[in-house]
Amino acid sequence: MNTSTSAKPRALAVLFAPVFENNPIALQILGICSALAVTANLKTALVMSVALTLVTAFSNLFISLLRHQIPASIRMIVQVVIIASLVIVVDQVLRAVAFDLAKQLSVFVGLIITNCIVMGRAEAFAMQNPPLPSFLDGIGNGLGYSVLLIALGITRELFGSGTLIGYRVLPTVADGGWYLPNGLLLLPPSAFFLIGLFIWALRSWKPAQVESPAFRMAPQVREQEP
Amino acid sequence: MRLRELLDRMAPHVAPGARHEKWYALYEAVDTFFYRPASVTRTTAHVRDGIDLKRIMIMTWACTLPVLFFGMWNIGFQANQTLAEQPALLLAQDGWRLSLIGLMAGFDPSSAWDNLIHGAAWFIPIYAVTFIVGGFWEVLFATIRRHEVNEGFFVTSVLFALTLPPSIPLWQVALGISFGVVIGKEVFGGTGKNFLNPALTGRAFLYFAYPAQSSGDAVWTVIDGYTGATPLAIAAQSGVDGIIAGGFSWSAAFLGVIPGSIGETSTLLILVGGGLLVASGVASWRIVFGVFLGMAAMSSLLNLIGSSDNPMFAMPWYWHLVIGGFAFGMFFMATDPVSAAMTNTGKWIFGALIGVMAVLIRVVNPAFPEGIMLAILFANLCAPLIDYTVVRANIRRREQRDARP
Repeated sequence: MNTSTSAKPRALAVLFAPVFENNPIALQILGICSALAVTANLKTALVMSVALTLVTAFSNLFISLLRHQIPASIRMIVQVVIIASLVIVVDQVLRAVAFDLAKQLSVFVGLIITNCIVMGRAEAFAMQNPPLPSFLDGIGNGLGYSVLLIALGITRELFGSGTLIGYRVLPTVADGGWYLPNGLLLLPPSAFFLIGLFIWALRSWKPAQVESPAFRMAPQVREQEP
Repeated sequence: MRLRELLDRMAPHVAPGARHEKWYALYEAVDTFFYRPASVTRTTAHVRDGIDLKRIMIMTWACTLPVLFFGMWNIGFQANQTLAEQPALLLAQDGWRLSLIGLMAGFDPSSAWDNLIHGAAWFIPIYAVTFIVGGFWEVLFATIRRHEVNEGFFVTSVLFALTLPPSIPLWQVALGISFGVVIGKEVFGGTGKNFLNPALTGRAFLYFAYPAQSSGDAVWTVIDGYTGATPLAIAAQSGVDGIIAGGFSWSAAFLGVIPGSIGETSTLLILVGGGLLVASGVASWRIVFGVFLGMAAMSSLLNLIGSSDNPMFAMPWYWHLVIGGFAFGMFFMATDPVSAAMTNTGKWIFGALIGVMAVLIRVVNPAFPEGIMLAILFANLCAPLIDYTVVRANIRRREQRDARP
């Protein structure tokens, strides 16, 4: 990216690079815990995506506004205070508007405080950049997280229970249809397999993301001389 | 030799850079299946032997044949026996298998032929689907990733098919073996780099994804509308007394005339096939004895502890051995040379871990009646750690010995 061009393409890059180029889950392998926990159905995945995107965006914004005032030695504490306040706001709003969903998400909304994506963006981006790019970066990373959560949520709910956001899509055998739900997809470990497959697909599409191998096996045989 | 000439004529066309280069993996598989590979070990090896991975795998595959044929007979025997007891059920059955069986044999449980044909009508489709679908993934990855097609798949396919309940739907078989081969093996780089047993990975996938078709009481006899629990499931409810009250003696369980997964019922034939495998040096006797001793020790310990409300605590080791998939897992699954521990001490620890875990899951965990599959997968995960510890301990011991004045 050429930095001498106008601010607009850079803003776009900040916003959209985390979706596929630098995905927080697929490339940085952050935020896996909540990705396993809340994606058994699409509704919780969507709510979690929105919650995390909002928290990341606004924590980035406020931390960036305060970045010259925050003393370096206690910056983590200040960041956590800001993030925690935002998470509490989100949590309270969620309880007020959608209590059932809040109960399904249980501790995972509260645990956004410790989500590595939020902390990571605050520390790595917001502390060094002006408020507007920081805000966009927060939205962008939230989108990167959301893309994966929504993909997982769709796959797991559709093939695990035959529904999408509660609406019957594949008629299941239990209801007289033909689809036999895959019970493994309702268990959290299935998200591991799916994230792995997603990373595989992403890295086949963008080979630049492939890590260099940690070691190579020496060839042990050679063709026999005639 | 005509075949050799044919293969030699094909060789230049699949050589690197030639027109049909992408088929090399398939050519190589056929070539080395019939003839000795032309490659020799370059690094410092100290053993001269004609055996290679392919011969090891074929040997394992051959050793499963007694279990395989008995399994087919037993599917038919269990089904025909049920039909003989409840003739009305025959009318309730439908499907192409019944008409096929009717063409070639009857439904007499005392006729070995009738039983074998009935079993074949169920087992051969399962095995064929396993082989075709799994083979497709194997060849696809070999062609794209440019590694060799390996006879390891012969073993994976037959072991996977033998762990299934006979009435499993064929599309689930296809899904299971796909998961086993792709996620259990190929994503890590193929045979030799998989840290899990691919056959068990596929079986575990089915176990968790479709529990209604691969566990429970309705799947072990291929008769629609008939439910019969396996001795292991009965034992989880009411212990050894329950098994005997259910009409299964220890000798019946040892011989294998009980309902269960296709290949797991006959402990006797598993001992024959597995014994041959151990005697030929393909399977490690350390692992087999480790599993056995771990099982015997843990079950005896639990016998001593006892429990007032869980009858499995009182089950003696010789019952643990003959019911469920324990014997099959001990000889054919735990001994997989790739996913097991490599060091000799490590093999003992690895085996004992499987035996102990299998009994623990069977007895203490109410959610899973059978424990051997999960125990082996668990031990597979621990195998690199076990080997690392053994190697480090050896280095430390030798350092201390040499440090002495």
